[in-house]
Amino acid sequence: MEQANQVPKIVTSRIGLDESWGIKTYLATGGYTALRKALTSMTPEQVADEVSKSNLLGRGGAGFEVGRKWSMLKPAPVRYLVVNGDESEPATFKDHMLIENDPHQIVEGTLISAYAVGAARAFIFVRGEFALGLERLQAAVNEAYAYGAIGRNIFGSGFSVDLVVHPGAGAYICGEETALLESLEGKRGNPRIKPPYFPAVMGLYGEPTIVNNVESMSNIPWIVNNGGASFAALGVGRSTGTRIFALAGHVNRPGNYEVEMAKLTFRDLVDRPEYGGGMRLGRQVKAFIPGGVSAPWFGPDQLDMPLSQDDVAKAGSMLGSGSIVMMDDHTCMVRAAWRIAKFFWRESCGQCTPCREGSGWIEKMMRRIELGSGRESDLDLLMDACDNIAPGLTWPPQQTTICVLGPSIPSSVASAIRMFRDEFLVHIKEGGCPYE
Amino acid sequence: MGAFSPEMRERAESLVALYPERRSALIPLCHLAQEEAGYLTQPFMEEIAELTGTTPAEVYGTASFYDMLHTEPVGKYLVGVCTNIACLLQGGGELLEHAEQALGVAAGGTTDDEMFTLEEVECVAHCDKAPAVQVNYRFFGPLTGESFDNLIAKLRAGEYDGVVPPHGTLVRVRRENGIEVPLEEVFAERREMDRAKAERKAAAEAAKAKEGN
Repeated sequence: MEQANQVPKIVTSRIGLDESWGIKTYLATGGYTALRKALTSMTPEQVADEVSKSNLLGRGGAGFEVGRKWSMLKPAPVRYLVVNGDESEPATFKDHMLIENDPHQIVEGTLISAYAVGAARAFIFVRGEFALGLERLQAAVNEAYAYGAIGRNIFGSGFSVDLVVHPGAGAYICGEETALLESLEGKRGNPRIKPPYFPAVMGLYGEPTIVNNVESMSNIPWIVNNGGASFAALGVGRSTGTRIFALAGHVNRPGNYEVEMAKLTFRDLVDRPEYGGGMRLGRQVKAFIPGGVSAPWFGPDQLDMPLSQDDVAKAGSMLGSGSIVMMDDHTCMVRAAWRIAKFFWRESCGQCTPCREGSGWIEKMMRRIELGSGRESDLDLLMDACDNIAPGLTWPPQQTTICVLGPSIPSSVASAIRMFRDEFLVHIKEGGCPYE
Repeated sequence: MGAFSPEMRERAESLVALYPERRSALIPLCHLAQEEAGYLTQPFMEEIAELTGTTPAEVYGTASFYDMLHTEPVGKYLVGVCTNIACLLQGGGELLEHAEQALGVAAGGTTDDEMFTLEEVECVAHCDKAPAVQVNYRFFGPLTGESFDNLIAKLRAGEYDGVVPPHGTLVRVRRENGIEVPLEEVFAERREMDRAKAERKAAAEAAKAKEGN
């Protein structure tokens, strides 16, 4: 705990301050000094170099190095920067908090990044349902224009860029970067066929485009002010810096906690009084989801694993969006997995057959088991349906679809069947849910 | 005569001007239409098509993809109860059942007085305050059956009028600036940046080569 106190709050330092979303608070707490420093004393390459040195891993879900992504940008005079604020992975609520409470930090990170990659225009795509976030971010952008941080010849540096806040309209799939670009082009949010794999080669309007997550952008001002090496000094190995974990479910203190990467274990985050404060009502952990509902589940024996991207990947799941859902021993695993299956069925964009049809069949079978009309043969049928979407049910998964929504569908259902087969059988034999 | 009022038409045109290609304004314009009419009617879709250089069919086809864009009337208040995993674990499913009984409509339905449309929604990213409810995308939670009933009563009585605008009005803060630097000018600036960058790179390589000698 002593150690935890020494770790700087890199992205959540203003959370809880009076009017943390306004420019007055932002400027009083060092706001826009990094942008000034970058524009007036650094070349774009130097900025990109510091970000590379920091080894900042993208905080959206895939965990790709931000610096490496930037270096893949195809040289062309027309290029764009798009910030992904479409946070919709169930039980993930960190970007939402950043957008509502520290929008200027996102704006500053975006402007610095626009300078580093030479973007002609920057867009921040915000999930449509975040009405308050959209209002606060737009107000922040208005203030930043008035302050001279956006627009023509920013801080007298000769660098000019405009920034547009773009509202989404409700579709989980638009968090997928190519679907997000389609949506930003005014189309249905259908993910694009790959290759090209990276929008850095072909993105918005077919031009080279960098797409970065809101939390990734929020780290950039600190990295410019303190240097990439200071950032890389935090964390373990490839997992550098700090990260916000969104802790939800059956804990005493659900919330967003910024902690040093890979230093704590899941158990630390759940049990320590300054974080989760233990399981609600003193109950036992039955299972938990380590990285958003696209991730396979873990059991109590994996609680001592460090919060590191690589360790979790080695164990067959992912840290993904940084969302951790704790489920106690009074939870019906069939109902939990059914609800997640229903989510994917509702949110499948419908382009690829395995995802569109598979999610529907899985949802129907899960529903009938939970409601008491299941058959024992349903379990094999469910696993077969899962296998048709992600052959072999390995992790990382094999893919039969254009985007990763498809192989995310089996994660919960296959985990639940593998870990809690007996519970499914009780539902089937007793003709209903024993937890009702 | 267009569907947008003159004032809204002006706002619509300023939205179109924010994007390198005007079709990008399609979704923001759909939000704007909902702000004016509560939902997307055919005349609005026709005018959005004209503004974005698309056809009404393309506007409808795009709008129908998104949960927040409604081509049928909805109540003054769109009440969304989240039942996704974090809320489910905290009683979101039971809250939705309560809401259905309290409002007398199944999820997806609108009350006879057209005040409320109830929706079962996916995660709205308020998982630390589960179970979460949104009214016209303004957050309330965590709610119990009782506090849900109170919320509905207050909405009915107009006590939240300043907090929760009628359905359709999403963002009340308007953008104050147009695009300050036209794209052509930015492109020229970027070409100059790239040229300077290439020069720095060449100079660094030359210095390195000299050192090597």
